[in-house]
Amino acid sequence: MSAPLHYLPAVQIARMVRERTVSAREVTQAHLDRIAAVDGRLGAFRHIDAEGALRRAGEIDGALAAGSSPGPLAGVPVALKDILVTRGMPTTAGSRILEGWIPPYDATVVERLRGAGAVLLGKLNMDEFAMGSSNESSAYHPCRNPWDLDRVPGGSSGGSAAAVAAGLCAGSLGTDTGGSIRQPASLCGVVGLKPTYGRVSRYGVIAFASSLDQVGPLARTVADAALLLEVIAGFDPRDSTSIDEASPRFAAALGGDLRGLTIGRPRELELPGVDPEVASEVDRALATLVDLGASVREVSLPHVQHSLATYYLIAPAEASSNLARYDGVRYGARAAAPGQSLLEMYCRTRGAGFGPEVKRRIMLGTFALRSGYYDAYYLKAQKVRALIARDYQRALAEVDLIASPTSPTAAFRLGERSSDPLAMYLADVFTLSCNLAGLPGISVPCGQTGAGLPVGLQLCGRPLDEATLIRAASAFEAASGPVRHPPEANLTGGAA
Amino acid sequence: MAALTRKDVLEIAHLARLHLEPDEADRLSGELSSILEHMEQLGAIDTEGVEPMTHAVPMRLRLRPDEVEPSLPVEEAVGAAPDRAGDLFQVPHIIRSGTAGSGSGS
Repeated sequence: MSAPLHYLPAVQIARMVRERTVSAREVTQAHLDRIAAVDGRLGAFRHIDAEGALRRAGEIDGALAAGSSPGPLAGVPVALKDILVTRGMPTTAGSRILEGWIPPYDATVVERLRGAGAVLLGKLNMDEFAMGSSNESSAYHPCRNPWDLDRVPGGSSGGSAAAVAAGLCAGSLGTDTGGSIRQPASLCGVVGLKPTYGRVSRYGVIAFASSLDQVGPLARTVADAALLLEVIAGFDPRDSTSIDEASPRFAAALGGDLRGLTIGRPRELELPGVDPEVASEVDRALATLVDLGASVREVSLPHVQHSLATYYLIAPAEASSNLARYDGVRYGARAAAPGQSLLEMYCRTRGAGFGPEVKRRIMLGTFALRSGYYDAYYLKAQKVRALIARDYQRALAEVDLIASPTSPTAAFRLGERSSDPLAMYLADVFTLSCNLAGLPGISVPCGQTGAGLPVGLQLCGRPLDEATLIRAASAFEAASGPVRHPPEANLTGGAA
Repeated sequence: MAALTRKDVLEIAHLARLHLEPDEADRLSGELSSILEHMEQLGAIDTEGVEPMTHAVPMRLRLRPDEVEPSLPVEEAVGAAPDRAGDLFQVPHIIRSGTAGSGSGS
């Protein structure tokens, strides 16, 4: 039996639409039907633009009929984390403070997807302002893990990972500040790639921590992630930190063997909190990489153990500054009872509009930047960040990639960690350091726990060397057998 | 050093322009203290002579040509405001005087 349209890879959809063996409209309708059947249980979408998607699909079919080429993502249904601003489509960043806001412009990545022929299905659920590792801090509704509806999809790009895993879209975009693409990809059994800082434009990406934020793709295959990255990557004069460097054709990195590739295992990341089942799947994955021709050796990252403390000073400090713009004046919500003065209006609007996790981080960041504490906290963290980055630079002079689990555990239960912020922060212990060092990283599915929950392998590479991540991940994927989908009974209530 | 009292929390909240309910302030003083306790480990790391890392990749700021480009039309720029008066954003009183001023937000 051939795969249903909603589980076709993006690469194959684009080819079939271009060859006109299927219409973009049929593909779009199949995904809208899938969303209608499944998302009531999953909660992956924040906004579904059925009308806009079908109209765009019709335009692509029309262009093809007229003999013109709609681009490399012709008719591919893609959905966007609700942190990417979209002209004419609501954008909330998972927060009440942006409820009802309709942005007047498109993020550069959105513009590029549209220009490449993608069909945008809508906006995906996320932790509020991307602050969270479980999607539970969304101000609207939780998102569930398609492999077990009692468990979290990870976060903050939880909707982006769950939607891809359940076949609600062929691929999605997320953002990754400390692991927010890779960790949910790992927990939902899909591929998630965080590019090198500066590789993808941040123009129109609602800012969380500007020295760490980066946009990247989530997809069911490495080839699909590479195709999406190829479309969104590249210099953008509207982002002052965009790297002025041509993007290679990432698809060219697919499918090679791994002879000559060296992979490092940092001894400092052999942490006691790692679930033994996760550790053994990652060990098996590394054995597979060796079978494919790679060599594995131990490396040392002496300061990496301080990543969590460093990150949770730098990211909240930047967030407290970035989120100062939500003041109830120019856009977004204003408190229903704003009080008698401008100051009171600011305080009441922000007090009512932000949820608990966002408030916690604004407070932490304001503390770290406060006069008298700045040197001991924020400046100290920036110095330790330099040491962590130097560790990676030294290690990556000896090896091509650094491997670890993506997440210390498989998906945890909803509510399990929501009362303990530090326990939640530990979910990102393996992913944060890549962001601090500005390096690219990928999470690729590498087996399951006994309870049938996905496990992810994280590979981290040199700056601007996404191609090596793609090469290693695609070889590993090919050796791992066909893509596994979550149990259909979870999603539609029917038999598989 | 890092134990935050309720008073500290309220001072920081004021700097952050954040209204907190009494139970929020109590909860945050405990939570922030335990998070900051975890951060204390950084104090023990030798960072003598280390330049702080301010950005993820070394880069020089770029200048663009100083040319006039189209910007957002006024209607789109003010269209999403929670309260407006014509082409202006409307807010509550900033300064009160004896005589009735214009621009009341209520």
